Amino acid sequence: MAADISYDTVVNSVVEILKKAQTGLPQDVTDALRRAASQESTDIAREQIEAILRNIDIASRKQVPICQDTGILIFFVEIGREAKIDFDLEAAIIEGAKIATETIPLRPNAVDPLTRHNTGTNTGNGIPDIKYEFVEGDRIRITAAPKGAGSENMSAIKMFNPTEADRIHEFVLETVLKAGGKPCPPIIVGIGIGGSFDKAARLSKLALLEDTDKMDDLEASLLEDINALGIGPMGLGGDTTALAVHIKKACCHTASLPVAVNIQCWANRHASVILGGGK
Amino acid sequence: MTEFHLSTPLKKEELEQLSTGDVVYLTGTVLTARDEAHARILELAGKGEKLPFDLEGAAIYHCGPLMQQKDERWEVVAAGPTTSARMSKMTPQLLDNYNVTVLIGKGGMDNVAGSLKGKCVYLAFTGGCAALAAENIREVETVHWPDLGMPEAVWVLKVENFGPLIVGIDAKGNDLFAKIEERARNVFSGLR
Repeated sequence: MAADISYDTVVNSVVEILKKAQTGLPQDVTDALRRAASQESTDIAREQIEAILRNIDIASRKQVPICQDTGILIFFVEIGREAKIDFDLEAAIIEGAKIATETIPLRPNAVDPLTRHNTGTNTGNGIPDIKYEFVEGDRIRITAAPKGAGSENMSAIKMFNPTEADRIHEFVLETVLKAGGKPCPPIIVGIGIGGSFDKAARLSKLALLEDTDKMDDLEASLLEDINALGIGPMGLGGDTTALAVHIKKACCHTASLPVAVNIQCWANRHASVILGGGK
Repeated sequence: MTEFHLSTPLKKEELEQLSTGDVVYLTGTVLTARDEAHARILELAGKGEKLPFDLEGAAIYHCGPLMQQKDERWEVVAAGPTTSARMSKMTPQLLDNYNVTVLIGKGGMDNVAGSLKGKCVYLAFTGGCAALAAENIREVETVHWPDLGMPEAVWVLKVENFGPLIVGIDAKGNDLFAKIEERARNVFSGLR
């Protein structure tokens, strides 16, 4: 018997994980920033990362958001096949987002794309962006991954020809080069390869949730070349342009090769909760 | 890399002594303005209408703060810089119309060093450091154009030792970001 998952549990948990994500960073990200600070060879670069580390401490101590751009609210929801949900899960997540906006508080960022009218609640047509996936088991896992616009705006997608896999490396470097100091480096680079036009983009965003330090040879070689560009923290020059590169792949059409590069600022905010499943 | 503690409005000789890479801590008044505020300022300037705030000698902060109202008073929760490059195209016209002497933001600006020459500096605050920035904002004086929404409104802020700010573009035509970008482009050409 799985423990009950109720509407209220979901609302409260969403507020909780948003607060956790907005006021502190995952340990692996903070550790990577600390290492980067100690390895920087110029004063300007080191001071930028030291300011970031001071900022993380202040946000955590005062329980205020790390960055004023508290992002658009994105949720990844994994639903166990045996989990029992007899309420409107989406409504509960939306209500949690509204409450968190008022109580943490979060900056109201959601606007109509054309009139630019701000809804004031971080909710509205299509927002929060919630992606559902079925998994084994009887639990629900909700991950909040708020995404700021500064880094999101520097992301790119390209539909390559199937024979052009050798150009992916250059495309990633070029995207980082064009972004320069704008996405608040040191960045984390999420790459989605394959799938379809939209699936590649979704994979690139999911890649940002990976453990900062775990990289394979391909990811590590991309990271090395990105850091060789010397853009550095905040684009002011330095050794650390990126902290990590993560790639996620999916099968694609024999005639396609979609590649998406999702840029993430140093504030790689995300937090999860697991509900239900108690025996 | 010299450290300066300056007060607004900056004097001409203070502007002229700053060089790219210098560190500045700023005390005084800054006005936030980003995309929508820039567009409205230029619209009013085009019609010859007066602004509800004074930009003479002003310091403009590219920032959409997170504010909280407590007993009718606004308090800063988090207020780091936004991406300045979005304001690149509107900045030359802004500087043609108003004597803005300081721009604060992050990430640098595209092709504005010429427009800044002799009258304005661009100072970079560490992006994302909103809690750190809020610690050095003493008071929210007032807000203009609240109809633009919290991030886009013009907030008049009293700051004290606001920084560290790195001189990204000085008043002598030097652009640190452009220099770093050019070097990165050369590395890229070698790697591709």
